[in-house]
Amino acid sequence: MPEASETSSLPSVLGTALKRQIFSVQDYSLLSLQSVFNLFTPPQYWTDTLEQMDSIGVGSLPIIVAASLSIGGVLVLNTASGFTRFGETALTGDAVSLALVRELGPAITALLVAGRNASGIASELGSMVVTEQVDAMRALGTDPVRKLMTPRVVAMVATMPLLVAVFDLVGLFGGFIVAYFTLRLGAVQFWTRAINVLEFGDLVQGFVKPVVFAFIIGTIGCYQGLRVRGGTQGVGRATTSAVVISSVLVLVADLFLAKLLLYIFQK
Amino acid sequence: MTRPSRPAPMLEMHTLVPGEPLIAFKDVRIGFDQGDVLRGISFEVSPGETKVFLGASGSGKTLVMKMAAGLLRPDAGRIWVMGHNITEMPEKELLDFRRHLGFVFQEGALFDSMTVAENVSFRLREENIDDAEIDKRVREVLQFVELEPAIDKYPAELSGGMRRRVSIARALVDKPPLVFYDSPTAGLDPVTSQTIISLILRGRDLQGVTSLLATHRVQDAFGLARYRFDEAANRVVARDGNGVRSLRSEEDDGSFPPTHVLVLRDGQIYFEGTTDEVLHSSDDYLKKFLASAE
Repeated sequence: MPEASETSSLPSVLGTALKRQIFSVQDYSLLSLQSVFNLFTPPQYWTDTLEQMDSIGVGSLPIIVAASLSIGGVLVLNTASGFTRFGETALTGDAVSLALVRELGPAITALLVAGRNASGIASELGSMVVTEQVDAMRALGTDPVRKLMTPRVVAMVATMPLLVAVFDLVGLFGGFIVAYFTLRLGAVQFWTRAINVLEFGDLVQGFVKPVVFAFIIGTIGCYQGLRVRGGTQGVGRATTSAVVISSVLVLVADLFLAKLLLYIFQK
Repeated sequence: MTRPSRPAPMLEMHTLVPGEPLIAFKDVRIGFDQGDVLRGISFEVSPGETKVFLGASGSGKTLVMKMAAGLLRPDAGRIWVMGHNITEMPEKELLDFRRHLGFVFQEGALFDSMTVAENVSFRLREENIDDAEIDKRVREVLQFVELEPAIDKYPAELSGGMRRRVSIARALVDKPPLVFYDSPTAGLDPVTSQTIISLILRGRDLQGVTSLLATHRVQDAFGLARYRFDEAANRVVARDGNGVRSLRSEEDDGSFPPTHVLVLRDGQIYFEGTTDEVLHSSDDYLKKFLASAE
């Protein structure tokens, strides 16, 4: 009977879909762990790692600088009206600094890097999979996870905190420029407050987050690329998935990390 | 070009006893979402033999090649290669094991961000061989495939036939005893296809390579069975000097490496024998392959 088969097939379809998702999570976890364990056994591909650091780090600098200048400026514009009402414009430096270092710097840098590099990694590795270059590498006796994934993940983890540092600094500079022209705040006043307001816990929070975000972006990009199916269409899907999944995971991880780090540093 | 920090340890290779096959498939099955593609195939390949897998598109020729090289794992059955049961080998050991094999992929599968020289020397660099030796061996193997002038070109600058030749050079650079050729003539014009077959003959007759070749062109099987590479004349010649001889008699006198054809159909071995047996078969399906060659 058609009705009976429809009711019995729905749980089975859902079950299959759920199993597939669980399998993907397991596969991703194992691949990510393998990419980390590869660091402790030879051979290592340090030249590849440096090339990737150049591509990810130096390559991302222009968008990081442009975005952070604008965000620093926007932060000042938005906070200035409130501070002006209470005659506390001097606190602008504090607000911009805390917002950038603790939260906006790591999160926005991660989203920008995910957009630029997770997609790039997924499409590059995905193209290699569909043209059998990854199989060729295996046929030549080279482990593609060790040769392709580990250098990208290491490069991502190494460069992301540096990019966040650049973002924070340039963002503060953008904030200062806007504060100088709109609030008539002096350089000494702005920078002194911006630096003094930061505590050790803020800096730890600002530089632990990018390490975790970088690992998420690097591993998701590589996973999506190395598990491409379905030719060039599959590469397109993998590229989109890499950006979407890594961006969402970064924001989810941000929530939990913020809570954890605030708890640790008793804020 | 990247050099790994340390070469990986090499897998200890098993020494074959006389009469032991170089490759043995025992009731091997593999399938995907759409169902079984290969349903219990068994065959053996002796050292020095050339085994040609003939079959229509989708018959599973590439799967056989990839399973024999350990690039795919069967769902059931056992595969022995050079005395190793590769169905039970972990991937780490398989990586070492594959350094003793050559694999030519259907479209070449060259690394598109590397030059011809870097592609060909990939394996040598992984083994941390010194630069002078690498350069010597790369030039030697590129001369072998007659592509030395293209040494600094990128794959995108090469024609389809040239890419296959670079792929053959990459597979042969370390002089492996066993080479897999996955449809090396697919999509090529007849003249270029003949060049590719003559390179396979050179590898077989000058380096003593055992070969597995997947193809849908019966001409490739006849080319390998009826011709040999004459080193003195530096060209391909018919096996009896001026014409075609019965392959069976050649195999019997043991002076030529044997060539066998294995036809795959509907996931199973449909036919196994010599090219002569294919030629004289009254089977309609085999006749279709012969008709396509005319």
